[in-house]
Amino acid sequence: MSMFNIFNVSGSAASAQSQRLNVVASNLANADTVAGPDGQAYKARQVVFQTQLMGEVGAAGVRVSTVQEDQTQGRRVHDPKHPGADAEGYVTYSNVNPVEEMVNMISASRSYQNNVEVMNTAKSLLLKTLQMGQ
Amino acid sequence: MLNRLTNSLDFHGQALALRSERQRLLASNIANADTPGYVARDMDFASALRQATGSASGGLPSTLSTSTAGHIAAATGARAEPNLLYASASQTNLDRNSVDMDRERAAFADNSVKYEATLRFINGNVRTMLDAIKGQ
Repeated sequence: MSMFNIFNVSGSAASAQSQRLNVVASNLANADTVAGPDGQAYKARQVVFQTQLMGEVGAAGVRVSTVQEDQTQGRRVHDPKHPGADAEGYVTYSNVNPVEEMVNMISASRSYQNNVEVMNTAKSLLLKTLQMGQ
Repeated sequence: MLNRLTNSLDFHGQALALRSERQRLLASNIANADTPGYVARDMDFASALRQATGSASGGLPSTLSTSTAGHIAAATGARAEPNLLYASASQTNLDRNSVDMDRERAAFADNSVKYEATLRFINGNVRTMLDAIKGQ
């Protein structure tokens, strides 16, 4: 029965989107993190989605292929009194852009909702199919 | 005689199978709305149904020609995979993803209503047949 595969497809998409939401949450949480003793500040992360075939023709799920780190230089602020300041008095913050992350968050949650709606529709159709002929 | 009774049931059965396949396709498109490089797919439902019920000019899929002794005849009710088409992007996209969420959601709602309609046709057919058998 091909409709049962919808749950696999939409479920994989929902799990990928929730992983994206997870990454957004950790990016936002670390938006103001400064460089540690190793001099490396937190780097913003991004998930990369990839299509995953689900056995049948036309059933294409989603999986997270990699989580990439943004390699751009973080924000540097001159603050000699800061405990995390380097020899020149600069503090390196993480390179998270909160505006981008908020947009990412809204997009992820909308996509998640879409997939949940698809699963609800498929479920009600399947329940009606089970009552066929009664 | 029984054949005539079940003919229209067969038709709706094929339609239901195709509707569920299309539903799965649309679910895949919605699932891959954020996947870079994904190309949305859909089927031409009318021609797929024509092909499945054997009214297309190509002839019944269940009457595959068996020209050599080793050929296996297709089982009754067997049909080929419907030809899937690729949707073109309605707006240009940096990541070459051609899923248009508005179109997909509309098609999904349309398809689920028509799936339910087919189900009701089948249920009505069955009820009619039972009434005829009971003769009440």
